[in-house]
Amino acid sequence: MTHDPHIPPHANNVLHDEVVSARAPWMHRIKAGETLRIVDLEGNQAVDFLLYAAADDAERYSAQDTIAAQSNIFLRTGSVLLSNEGNPMMTIVDTSVEYHDTIGGACSCESNSLRYGHHTKAQHACVDNFLEANLRQGRGKRDIVSNINFFMNVPVEPDGALGIVDGISAPGLTVDLRAEMDVIVVVSNCPQINNPCNGFNPTSVRMIVTA
Amino acid sequence: MSALANPNAARDHARAMAGTVAEAMPILPPRADDLPAGVRPDDLVWEETIAAGGYATRSLARGTRLRLIDLQGDACASLLLYNAAMPTERLNIADTVKVQWNAYPGEGSLLLSDMGRVLASFEHDDAGTHDAFCGASNEASNRRRYGEGRNSGSYPNARDRLLLGSAKHGLGRRDVHPCINLFKGVRIAADGATEPQFGPFAPGRTVVLRAEMDVIVVIANCPHVLDGRPWSVTPLRATAWRGAIAGEDDMIRNATPEGQRAFLNTEDLYRR
Repeated sequence: MTHDPHIPPHANNVLHDEVVSARAPWMHRIKAGETLRIVDLEGNQAVDFLLYAAADDAERYSAQDTIAAQSNIFLRTGSVLLSNEGNPMMTIVDTSVEYHDTIGGACSCESNSLRYGHHTKAQHACVDNFLEANLRQGRGKRDIVSNINFFMNVPVEPDGALGIVDGISAPGLTVDLRAEMDVIVVVSNCPQINNPCNGFNPTSVRMIVTA
Repeated sequence: MSALANPNAARDHARAMAGTVAEAMPILPPRADDLPAGVRPDDLVWEETIAAGGYATRSLARGTRLRLIDLQGDACASLLLYNAAMPTERLNIADTVKVQWNAYPGEGSLLLSDMGRVLASFEHDDAGTHDAFCGASNEASNRRRYGEGRNSGSYPNARDRLLLGSAKHGLGRRDVHPCINLFKGVRIAADGATEPQFGPFAPGRTVVLRAEMDVIVVIANCPHVLDGRPWSVTPLRATAWRGAIAGEDDMIRNATPEGQRAFLNTEDLYRR
């Protein structure tokens, strides 16, 4: 039997293993101590990512608290993902990508109309994925906040220029997230086709939860 | 023993406080002797000094100018903006920096909503040090830094201040969104590190925002979350007056194609 290269070698128990198709939302509950591995199957596929505390979903991932606590905008191995109330929700225990983004936010039909023109308003977008998933559990528009974009590259130049540029991920690269509390993970497998965040070609990603 | 044993004595005692002047308070009706040329005194809608560690909130009509003055050079105005008619629409700080291709809001910049519209624009900014990345302090971060962080203590945190201000419009924990910090700046180094610009600065630095929609503004004035000094923050003055909305030839409206489309979306909301 050949070893599946995407399964973490030290995982005792695979609790969930799913391929999220291109452009689709995904939602999953992960208990404290479990680890979520996200696999960028084909390379440079932005995975827009939000977290809610399972016990009280008014507590959720906060990009600003996370940036302030580590005094850095990039998420790397060791980054602790903090809630809006300052509590650790997950930790990036390992990643084979140099860094991930948390300042670029999610694409939406509305922001697409600003960035590219009103001809893109009808295209599918991450905020619609976030809404579709969250609405199933009673959350709505108020619950969508600044998110993480795994496998997405948003540098800031010395003059303040900021933008989504060519990715630094590659096929098979991963990020491993250990839950520090019981969390609900909400993902949009980004459908954007107007900038390089998905290499202009949205592809599937794999989600592996291990104990 | 107090001499206020009956309601009339208590009433007299309370009424005797009338006319007291404090450093931080609203002036009603609003009065300001330093309005810009061309602004009529009867167009003034808000004059308030926000305490160090305090907060304030106000509904402002489209076109209203909101002038914030860092009176003593050490204020930190953490700002939330909601669409007053539909507060589920609010400031989206990620879209604000991404759509404008720039990390550092300042004069001429737009503050964008999550619906592709302009909530407010920076009509004037002589401070130039603001922060779109680090957000509000919270009770946990203030407890670590000052030993205490609650509203009821001496070191209130910005998130709980924003929460109280939002609550006064019927909003709650789900509504306090990522904020922008005015007057305290953060720059981003090549390796992603946050580089603080916390002063203290010269007194009197001024920002004038123009409301581009009917908005609810909530302002907390607490030390910046990364400010490592012992508790240090000074009062913030807010003044607002009625004004014209952006015309079709407005320079801020037309500065960039992205901004122009944001104004088109905003004007479309009011086309009815």
